[in-house]
Amino acid sequence: MLRLSNIEKRFYVGTPHENQLYQDLNIHIKDGEFITVIGSNGSGKSTFFNIIAGTLQPDQGSILFKGHDIAHQPEHLRSRHIARVYQDPLKGTAPSLTILENLSMAYNKGKKFNLSRGVDQALIEHFKQELKALNLGLEEKLNNRVGTLSGGQRQALSLLMATLVQPELLLLDEHTAALDPKTSELIIDLTQRLVREKEITTVMVTHNLKQALDVGDRLIMFHKGQIVLDLSGEEKHKLSVMDLIAKFNALNLMNELNDSLILG
Amino acid sequence: MLSFGIEVLNQGLAYGVLAIAVTLTYKILDFPDLSVDGSFPLGSVIAAVVLLKWGNIPLALFLSFIGGLGAGLLTGFLHVKLKISNLLSGILVMTGLYSINLMIANNRSNLPIFNVKTMFTVGSWVENLPQDLQVWVIRFYPSIVLLLVIIVLKLVMDWFLETKLGFLLRITGDNPQLVIALGEDIGKTKILGLMLSNGIAAFSGAIAMQMFRFYDISLGSGIVVVGLASVVLGTSVLGFMKSWKITTLVVLGSILYRLSISVALALKLPPSNLKLITAIIFVLALVLNNKELRPKLLKGRDKHA
Repeated sequence: MLRLSNIEKRFYVGTPHENQLYQDLNIHIKDGEFITVIGSNGSGKSTFFNIIAGTLQPDQGSILFKGHDIAHQPEHLRSRHIARVYQDPLKGTAPSLTILENLSMAYNKGKKFNLSRGVDQALIEHFKQELKALNLGLEEKLNNRVGTLSGGQRQALSLLMATLVQPELLLLDEHTAALDPKTSELIIDLTQRLVREKEITTVMVTHNLKQALDVGDRLIMFHKGQIVLDLSGEEKHKLSVMDLIAKFNALNLMNELNDSLILG
Repeated sequence: MLSFGIEVLNQGLAYGVLAIAVTLTYKILDFPDLSVDGSFPLGSVIAAVVLLKWGNIPLALFLSFIGGLGAGLLTGFLHVKLKISNLLSGILVMTGLYSINLMIANNRSNLPIFNVKTMFTVGSWVENLPQDLQVWVIRFYPSIVLLLVIIVLKLVMDWFLETKLGFLLRITGDNPQLVIALGEDIGKTKILGLMLSNGIAAFSGAIAMQMFRFYDISLGSGIVVVGLASVVLGTSVLGFMKSWKITTLVVLGSILYRLSISVALALKLPPSNLKLITAIIFVLALVLNNKELRPKLLKGRDKHA
């Protein structure tokens, strides 16, 4: 469904800080997959999302989405098919609008934003059902401004809004990292349920190794702009947190060795 | 006393139209748009020229509005397409409009329109009324016209802000990222909002000019602060009326602002101090509106009492 080929990306081109992140990144995301992505800071996992979503343009390479090259499509057009939930719960909702108004807008994604009424009364029951499934009691607060909700509630709402109109691809950008452990668990359960029920192809970046192993059916590990681990099915199932930590340490040791070779 | 009240009310309502325009950019789009300082007199001069040439009042109002739309389009184009910062885009358009306004007035910096009919001229039907009623109708006619205009404008804006497009404008100021996530071009939304705001500001300029029966190029200088002061006054002083729509609050804010200015002048403060008074009222309203500062100030007052 999504194929990144020969992606090249440099930052700070023409300055002493020039940094080539991807030299030749290739990845194929298949229909219906739920991929978890891990990697240390600066490994290229955020850029990976930014390139798929259109926030950043690759210097080279193609992005085939359902057979079409979308490498030059602007971000807002891509987001009609590719939904994204951010780490910051504030990014997915409009605080001064009510829950009902937020959902009504999310429901209108991909349709015309014209002079018809913003809130369609006929949809309220549908929204209530969707909210009830979150188990947060939000269905009772339809007319509350979203700014009055807690971070966890807002993130649950962001997740619902991102999937209200079925996206073809869902990008979850460390979407539980800013929440407390209990809320984080709740959001992860909710994510798994929504993704399973609506059968959405999903990629989730996480810093939580246990989460990366427990959730999804394929695991990718980035390191310095390269994919150093790509396991699915049984192979992923057998993996433990200890294995991942060992892998991380091995990679970091390699770096230090490389650095000392150069410096020495 | 009565004529003092009527004057405050009329000016408050005429500039209330401006307050609604400024609300759209500052409050809803979160865009500090200074081009209003140019589009307000643009509306005035267009209306003055049309009235002097053709004497057609609806055409004068309509063309002012269109002119304002153009000014907003320009500000939006500079900001969205040419990537110039929002403040600078407004300043550039405001500066450019100064010359444009001069050109429209055939290089004159003021145009009196004493001898033409305006939207505030009472028709000949008034002569059929009994003598004592006539006096009152003539006296209140401008206020009634202004009230009608502002009520219609307010209702249209309230309706617009509840449409899908209106929601999109509100989200643009609230959380730009969400506009993109909804699959919409945020640049287009901003341009649309700026056009609408400047269109209404120019419309306000056309109304104010007819009230003064005089166009002057300096009508617009610092007008954005006047509009903004009304917005801040309305939302801070009357902000406790939670169920009132923002359009109502800012129009009342505009009347409050006119009242405070008129009181200051009635207290024999020289008119040259007007801009300073505006700035001071503005600062007071902002401070009153600041959640962090307010408790401190109130506490301070207790201590000194």
